[in-house]
Amino acid sequence: MHRSSYLAGKLGWAAFTILFVIVLNFFLFRILPGDPARAGIRDPRLTAQAQQAIRERFGLDQPVINCFESLNPLTLGNCAVNPLDTQFFIYASNLLRGELGISYHTNRPVLDILGERLWNTLLLIGAGQVLAIVLGMAVGVLAAWKAHTPVDYTALGFSLLAWSLPTFWLGIILLFWGSTYLGLPIGGKVTPGMVYANSWEQLADLARHLFLPSLTYTIVFLGEYMLIMRSTLVDVLSEDYILTAKAKGLTHFQILKDHALKNAMLPMVTIIALNLGFTVAGAVQIESVFSWPGLGGAIFEAVNRRDYPMLQGAFLLLAISVIVANLIADLLYGYLDPRVQAD
Amino acid sequence: METTAAGYRGVWARLRRNPMGMIGLIMLVVAIGVAVLAPWISPYDPHAVTRVNILDIYQPPSPAHWFGTDDAGRDVLSNFLYGARVSLTVGFFASFISVTVGGLIGISAGFLGGRTEGILMRFTDIMLVIPDLPLAVVIVALTKPSLTNIILVIGLLGWTGTARLVRAQTLSVKQRKFVVRARAIGAGNSYIIRRHIFPLVLPLIVVNTVLVISLAILNESTLSFLGLGDPATLSWGQMLNYAFTRGAMSAGAWWALVVPGFGIVWVVLSCTLLGQGLEQALNPRLTTHHLAADRTLKNLPRWELEPTPVEQAGNV
Repeated sequence: MHRSSYLAGKLGWAAFTILFVIVLNFFLFRILPGDPARAGIRDPRLTAQAQQAIRERFGLDQPVINCFESLNPLTLGNCAVNPLDTQFFIYASNLLRGELGISYHTNRPVLDILGERLWNTLLLIGAGQVLAIVLGMAVGVLAAWKAHTPVDYTALGFSLLAWSLPTFWLGIILLFWGSTYLGLPIGGKVTPGMVYANSWEQLADLARHLFLPSLTYTIVFLGEYMLIMRSTLVDVLSEDYILTAKAKGLTHFQILKDHALKNAMLPMVTIIALNLGFTVAGAVQIESVFSWPGLGGAIFEAVNRRDYPMLQGAFLLLAISVIVANLIADLLYGYLDPRVQAD
Repeated sequence: METTAAGYRGVWARLRRNPMGMIGLIMLVVAIGVAVLAPWISPYDPHAVTRVNILDIYQPPSPAHWFGTDDAGRDVLSNFLYGARVSLTVGFFASFISVTVGGLIGISAGFLGGRTEGILMRFTDIMLVIPDLPLAVVIVALTKPSLTNIILVIGLLGWTGTARLVRAQTLSVKQRKFVVRARAIGAGNSYIIRRHIFPLVLPLIVVNTVLVISLAILNESTLSFLGLGDPATLSWGQMLNYAFTRGAMSAGAWWALVVPGFGIVWVVLSCTLLGQGLEQALNPRLTTHHLAADRTLKNLPRWELEPTPVEQAGNV
């Protein structure tokens, strides 16, 4: 009973948030001064026919939404427009069919480009996050266990420094170092024009390209995970049942493994979920520096090329990914800690 | 209000004994000093009209240019010192907006409760889950990339954390006996908020502000690096954007890439250290545990044994 209503509540909330993002996305690109109808389509590189074709295709010659035409309160009552002809309806129905527009720069459907790029982002984030979580937890446990020793202070100092590093700057420095002294590639996902003898060689090439971006990711997030693990574990280790376990004669290793870690894991799940926004921000910066062909890099390229359909699509897809990932984390949390569902 | 003033003196006394907080404070004062004194300590004027020779571009460090020159032959050190002004301006103004909005929403939600709280916190949840940076990029890309717009966008997107913290603190203060008593005597909402809630939420807001400043400065540098900075001002992020997109990497001009980043790290680290120090001074937490080697009363730092200023103020 509880489980299904918990599930329904979380699903409904995620659906509502996605709806909010879709509406926000529509208005951002139509109300702000640089909207596509005025700025993007008046791109001097497009011919007059092309401009008209885009306008018709996306209904930019239609009223924005029924009754709210140009958001003028005086025309509110005059709803003579058929709701099916409004820009919002066209936008929503295009979205339902997966139509995100044509990229101005590559002249390909935005959804196709972003679809390929989503997997690259997941690969990068996956590699970086898994390393950061595993290492961060390990160092965090060590720092908590050895609280107020040089080990602890070193780990603490490192994580404060890592938190203060701008992700993109760390990326630049690592890129400079790696390409100068280690002979690593300066960007991209594969070496252009490379012919591989076998799939091992292809995998090795991918690993060489993935090394520096995921190292940047790991360093940036390692510090935070370490800090959370440390402070949670210090709290848990101050509980009376730890003293009881100690009195029973268990070793520190047994206490940490069987009594403390299980209870310290739950806050980690919450933090990882709450961090998703930062994860995406990190992806935008790292992919921009390393020319990694992912969603975040798409945002950087779209901004510099004034490719509005691409920018809109990339933002929408990133926002929806974060909402869905958050939902998964929520459900996982409910599964790990049955008390949550009882609330 | 006597006790609150005494409480703040207590915070200062604790902060002075906290090495992390003091290092952060000194670093921040140095950064503010550099920003204020930039016109007097810079060897060159970044705004001066100069004739640039192609040999001036990406000159390595020399006695004439301590940190070399950039892609336009300008002195990196002078740009760096002036850049402190932009970053700190954005940091202070944007965090002021964030903390004001977050504080108002947090106190209203926590104090009023009921439907107001539900709506405000649902809205906060939505804003929390939408990734900030891509949204900021979209808004700045669609509007004019001016310093004012950047401050507004960063400020208006960065309030969610503050709102949640302030709401939680307001909820706990609201339950205190002296608030219940004040209400029983017939004190109005605005009086209770002004006299009882706000003074006890303020310390938390101060700590939070310091941390929000560091986030705002990081966000500004990221937006500028991505090419969305105000073209009229040269912030540290903008310097990095120019160096990165205009060949500093292939020219081997490490000075143009390292120096501006150092400024960002300095300011963000100072705010982080000061924020952590203030947090420990205001709200000391247990830092040792049953498995630690030095778990004796004698070895506990003094501030762990004294009541916190919030506790003191609560005993009015």
